[in-house]
Amino acid sequence: MTGSSVTPGMPARGAVEPTISVRGLWKIFGPAEHRIVGTPDALLPTAELQLKTGTTVAVRDVTFDVAHGEVFVVMGLSGSGKSTLVRCLTRLIEPTAGEVFLDGEDIGKADAQRLRELRRRRFAMVFQHFGLLPHRKVIDNVAYGLEIRGVGRAERHARAGEMLELVGLGGYDRRYPDQLSGGQQQRVGLARALAVDPEVMLFDEPFSALDPLIRRDMQNEVIRLHREVGKTMIFITHDLAEALKLGDHIVIMRNGSIVQAGRPEDLVGAPADDYVADFVRDVPKSHVLTLRWAMRPIGPDDPTDGPEFPPGTVIRSAIHAAASTTKPIRVIEDGRLLGVVDQAHILAVIAGAEAPV
Amino acid sequence: MTAASMSLGRRAEVRLSRGRQLALLIGLWAVLYLIFNGKLTLAHSDDAPLFQSLNGVRDWIDANRTSLPLFVYVLDPIRDGIGWLIDALTWVFSNFSWLGVTAIFGAMGLVFVGWRTAILVVGAFVAFGLLSLWDQAIQTLVLILVAVVMSLAIGIPLGIVAGRSDRFLKVITPILDVMQIMPTFAYLSPLTLVFLIGPPAATIATLIYALPPAIRITALGIRGVSSEAVEAAESLGSTGFQVLRKVQLPMARSTIGLAVNQTIMMALSMVVITALINAPGLGESIIQALIKLNLGQTFDAGVAIVLLAMVLDRLTASASKVSDRRHRGLDAVSQVRRRTLVIGTWLAAAIVVVGAALLAIPQSFPADITVDLASPINSIGDWIETNLYVVTGGIKDLFSEWILNPLQTVLTSSPWPLVIIMAAGIAWIISGRRAAIAAAIALLLVVGLQLWEHSMETLALVIIAVAVTMLIGIGLGVAAARSNLFSAIIRPINDAAQTMPAFVYLLPAVALFGATRFTGILAAVIYAVPAVVRLVEDGVRGVSPTVIEAATAAGSSRLQMIFKVQLPMARRSLLLATNQGVVLVLAMVVVAGLVGAGALGYDVVAGFAQFNDFGKGMAAAISIVLLGVLLDRITQGAGARTTTASAARTARAFFSARAVGVS
Amino acid sequence: MSGRYRGVAAIWKGATVSLRGTITGRLAVGLAVSALIFSACTSAAASASPAASIAVVASPSPVAGTSVAPSVAAKSLAPCGTVNIAENPWVGYQADAAVVSYLLEKKLGCTVVKKPIDEVVSWQGFPTGQVDAILEVWGHKDLYAKYVTTDKTAVDAGPNGAKGVIGWFVPKTFADANPSILTASTNPSVLNTFADQFKTSESGSQGQILDGDPSFVTEDAGIIAGLGLNYKVVYSGSEAASDKAIKAAIDQGKPILAYYYTPNWFSTQVDLVHVPLPAATPGCDTDVHKITCDYPPYDALYKVVSSKLASSGSPAFTLIKNFNWTNDDQNTVAAYIANNNMSDDQAAQKWVDANPTKWAAWLP
Repeated sequence: MTGSSVTPGMPARGAVEPTISVRGLWKIFGPAEHRIVGTPDALLPTAELQLKTGTTVAVRDVTFDVAHGEVFVVMGLSGSGKSTLVRCLTRLIEPTAGEVFLDGEDIGKADAQRLRELRRRRFAMVFQHFGLLPHRKVIDNVAYGLEIRGVGRAERHARAGEMLELVGLGGYDRRYPDQLSGGQQQRVGLARALAVDPEVMLFDEPFSALDPLIRRDMQNEVIRLHREVGKTMIFITHDLAEALKLGDHIVIMRNGSIVQAGRPEDLVGAPADDYVADFVRDVPKSHVLTLRWAMRPIGPDDPTDGPEFPPGTVIRSAIHAAASTTKPIRVIEDGRLLGVVDQAHILAVIAGAEAPV
Repeated sequence: MTAASMSLGRRAEVRLSRGRQLALLIGLWAVLYLIFNGKLTLAHSDDAPLFQSLNGVRDWIDANRTSLPLFVYVLDPIRDGIGWLIDALTWVFSNFSWLGVTAIFGAMGLVFVGWRTAILVVGAFVAFGLLSLWDQAIQTLVLILVAVVMSLAIGIPLGIVAGRSDRFLKVITPILDVMQIMPTFAYLSPLTLVFLIGPPAATIATLIYALPPAIRITALGIRGVSSEAVEAAESLGSTGFQVLRKVQLPMARSTIGLAVNQTIMMALSMVVITALINAPGLGESIIQALIKLNLGQTFDAGVAIVLLAMVLDRLTASASKVSDRRHRGLDAVSQVRRRTLVIGTWLAAAIVVVGAALLAIPQSFPADITVDLASPINSIGDWIETNLYVVTGGIKDLFSEWILNPLQTVLTSSPWPLVIIMAAGIAWIISGRRAAIAAAIALLLVVGLQLWEHSMETLALVIIAVAVTMLIGIGLGVAAARSNLFSAIIRPINDAAQTMPAFVYLLPAVALFGATRFTGILAAVIYAVPAVVRLVEDGVRGVSPTVIEAATAAGSSRLQMIFKVQLPMARRSLLLATNQGVVLVLAMVVVAGLVGAGALGYDVVAGFAQFNDFGKGMAAAISIVLLGVLLDRITQGAGARTTTASAARTARAFFSARAVGVS
Repeated sequence: MSGRYRGVAAIWKGATVSLRGTITGRLAVGLAVSALIFSACTSAAASASPAASIAVVASPSPVAGTSVAPSVAAKSLAPCGTVNIAENPWVGYQADAAVVSYLLEKKLGCTVVKKPIDEVVSWQGFPTGQVDAILEVWGHKDLYAKYVTTDKTAVDAGPNGAKGVIGWFVPKTFADANPSILTASTNPSVLNTFADQFKTSESGSQGQILDGDPSFVTEDAGIIAGLGLNYKVVYSGSEAASDKAIKAAIDQGKPILAYYYTPNWFSTQVDLVHVPLPAATPGCDTDVHKITCDYPPYDALYKVVSSKLASSGSPAFTLIKNFNWTNDDQNTVAAYIANNNMSDDQAAQKWVDANPTKWAAWLP
């Protein structure tokens, strides 16, 4: 599709210019929207500010980078500002302050026409309740983005047909959205987003309206698509499991601010505060934490013939090997021995004890 | 909580319920009335300076009509253009035989809706002929079509703007509010000032009256489009126009269909009343019947109007639904079958049209084929008149002397500042501070219009009529909500009753009670009850079944269930029903000025009828609107001030849609 | 009345051309319109039809002929065209209109459109062409000054012949029982002694004077004020409603004081006596809100026609100008209509058949 595809879990971080770069982004709703940022009021907690000025801070001084080809998850409970944040990226909601760069271009400075151009070619979004057009057939829903930028009927239908095949809805093109199940409708939403071949895909809680089983299918679908088409994805969710499953990087938002940013195992292994800790308490750590997190430096009397694993392996995958031997697991990267993991330690992680540091 | 009740609450350490607050306020009024009655009253004068100056305005406009650029270059061309449209459409109809017109409309019914509607349509057109009202029905139809096309041409674009711009909606909402509570009557005299009398002026009055639902429902439709669909389209880079054309309009399609439907129904009720300014058609028949007290003739015209309403309603309401369904992919076979049906139907209609032309079938229905409904109805009326006079006269006299006269006396002989303060107080208790301010301003303006006494008399009529309406309406509404059988019986009656223009109700009331204020009240009650019944029924039915179950489980008796559960929980619907009741009653009480209900309604009638009363009529029309604002604000209900106000309006729009959704 | 709707088409058009479609005209339009609807619906190009139908509308004038319907025996006079006659809301007027319309249609081949509108509204129809003739005007000096003298949109078409009286009336039985009420011409305050008897639930504590249609010429409120009477004007709403109330009162032996007028067919049904107020003198009714005398006699009820009709050379104008009959004539026709339930045309025909010499003099 777009050429360079990057394996999930291995973001090319820092090496290249980030695809999306957000700097000091604010979104305030209310009459005094433009009279808060930069004043002492901006430091007030959200509730106090609301009382004082009647404004609501939805996004508060948010900064982050999204690397090319990664899945970047923004996680938070409802009201945390995550949906506002993702809409600020393409100015579906006009940010109050701050900058958003796409490949170095300041989106905030784009005029209406340029902005439309960006939306038409560089971004595509998938919505919680699908946002399909009920009066159009599935194929015309998928082709919508192409239609509005003037692509001919035959061409856009061909492309839309391909996309439907890609999301597993080949043969459904003549149906209407309300003749499809929720999961199928969201696949249409996905196909519509993919059809315009965007550089960045934005997902706004795309699966929260779906049944758990279908949700899992769709998550796998996204993982598969990501593998196949390698788009940069920004994914909004309130479901931690989903975030951990999909995200190369995750930020956790609360009251409009980022409380923690990092890889999944960073959040699980080292919650930044009680809020995050509370969040990740029930996560089966062995499913998330990698051996890198459990290993300790090799000691002089450690046996050197234990099973070998790369550091990115989640602990769960090493359980079987660990159980069949008494020797500590050796963590090897590029032929270099990074450390070892004790069997007892693995058991402790499984049992849900405090993560080792 | 209102400030009044808060201060009371603080002092007495108890919080008074709204009902107690109202009782207290009215008690206070009674005490103050005893002390101050007869002081600071504003007696009516037929030649208040304001009326004279309005007459002066009329005279000036009349004198300068041919030279004022506004008239020469704007208003007169508008009038002539509309006149031309009416001529053109009349000409088209006049070139079809009655058979051809029936065939074309029947074909529309078949193609747009289905065979049942086709039968209804054909039956209705034949009935126009049989009732000897063919020409009148066609004239009314022409006026409606022109007015509706123009209303939609103006209303749908405005509705679209209001649907997309919050600011525009905010500007236009109060204007539409006022337009909707304005009684039909109030439109006429200002319009004749500008457009003179005749079909064009009637069409303009009708189009203005029909405009608010067109704008409102269109806006509702645009706003009802899933914001995610709009956002999705925007996120893909649609221009504003693309969003409108490819997303909002198609998705609001059926709602806009409803707007068309409602506009037509509104136009129908207005176009009949424009007979007062020389519009031809069924309204003319009703006016003649009213003048001659010919009950049977009103009945005929009423039947024709209801039939016309049903035809237009079915053709538009179901047409929008069906076409929605139709463009769903049918399989190839049914598509072919459908196309065959469509082509066949039009072909058949065309053959009828051509055949009728060849056979020189006349344009109007043969005059010698008629059905005489009028005579039996008249005999019934005569019988009632001669035999029930003692009963009806007694009821009327008792009611007038013991309820109506005292209330009118209290309102007219209370000092006017006291009335204003009390009205504002009541508004505050029921609907909050803004309503109180609006009420006070409305009444102050009435004082300024120098029609205080007549306004208070009309207000008394309205208060009594609303009270009676609510009593009957709640009773029937609760009964309908609790019995499916009763509901099934009463619904079609309501449907028919609600399509009838106010006018039609006057005559049976006159026949029974003569031309008096009581007649006006009775007509208003008959006119408003169906709407109230429907809203109450919907409200009571809307009470969550879980709650009912819980109350039943707790062992509530039937009356307990009604008074402690269903009615309190349907409070919002009750308020809405009161609000609707007030608006409808006011409209009718004013029209009843034609049959002796007096006060403002009579002033408006006199404004048409007497050269020197023009100014008074004009001021009365404005006073009526102000009374409407007053009553509407008072009955808006607490909490209906911000978001729920629009919800109520939505409900109102929905209700009026349901009202004619004869299904 | 069957020609009315066609006639309306013509007036609205504002043209003198009659738009009765010839068979060819009808056929052409029928075909064109049905073809249009047909194609519009089958191709789903619904938007095409409005524009196209306008095209159809615009083209036909030459097609439509000016032929006269075969039922009408046209004389060798100038074509009459359409005449709009205002029909004011009392049966006496309706009788005028019935006979004039009948003659216009049957003898002159005119198309008559009767417009049931009030007196004042009728005058307003002159400048717009909505009204061509008013057949019975009671006074209305102000309107006469405006439309005839100043604006010149209407012209005086001479007397109607009937002689009008407006005043306050009581049942004869009541006058017989209370003869002092007839002294009101010299002692108007005697009326106050009867106020109690005339009071109703509508008039409250005051006596009731029952007025008719709000559009009628009435000075009652001014008279009450001017003579200092303890009465209140209550409107019945129409002539028929007043008649009914008077009849009911007489039948039930109740007192009633009513605004009433002659000529009036209803006089033959009930026995009413005029309660004379102080006779009209110049200036006694200058202030309409304080009138100290009875209504003046309306000896010269008159007709007005639009200047357009007057100058058109239409034979209709001549007939309307010549139309002139008596109170009895009017009452006869009015009773046919109101009492015998005849249609306007039937009533007119009956009178016309019985009085050939009278109407023959009106023909041009």
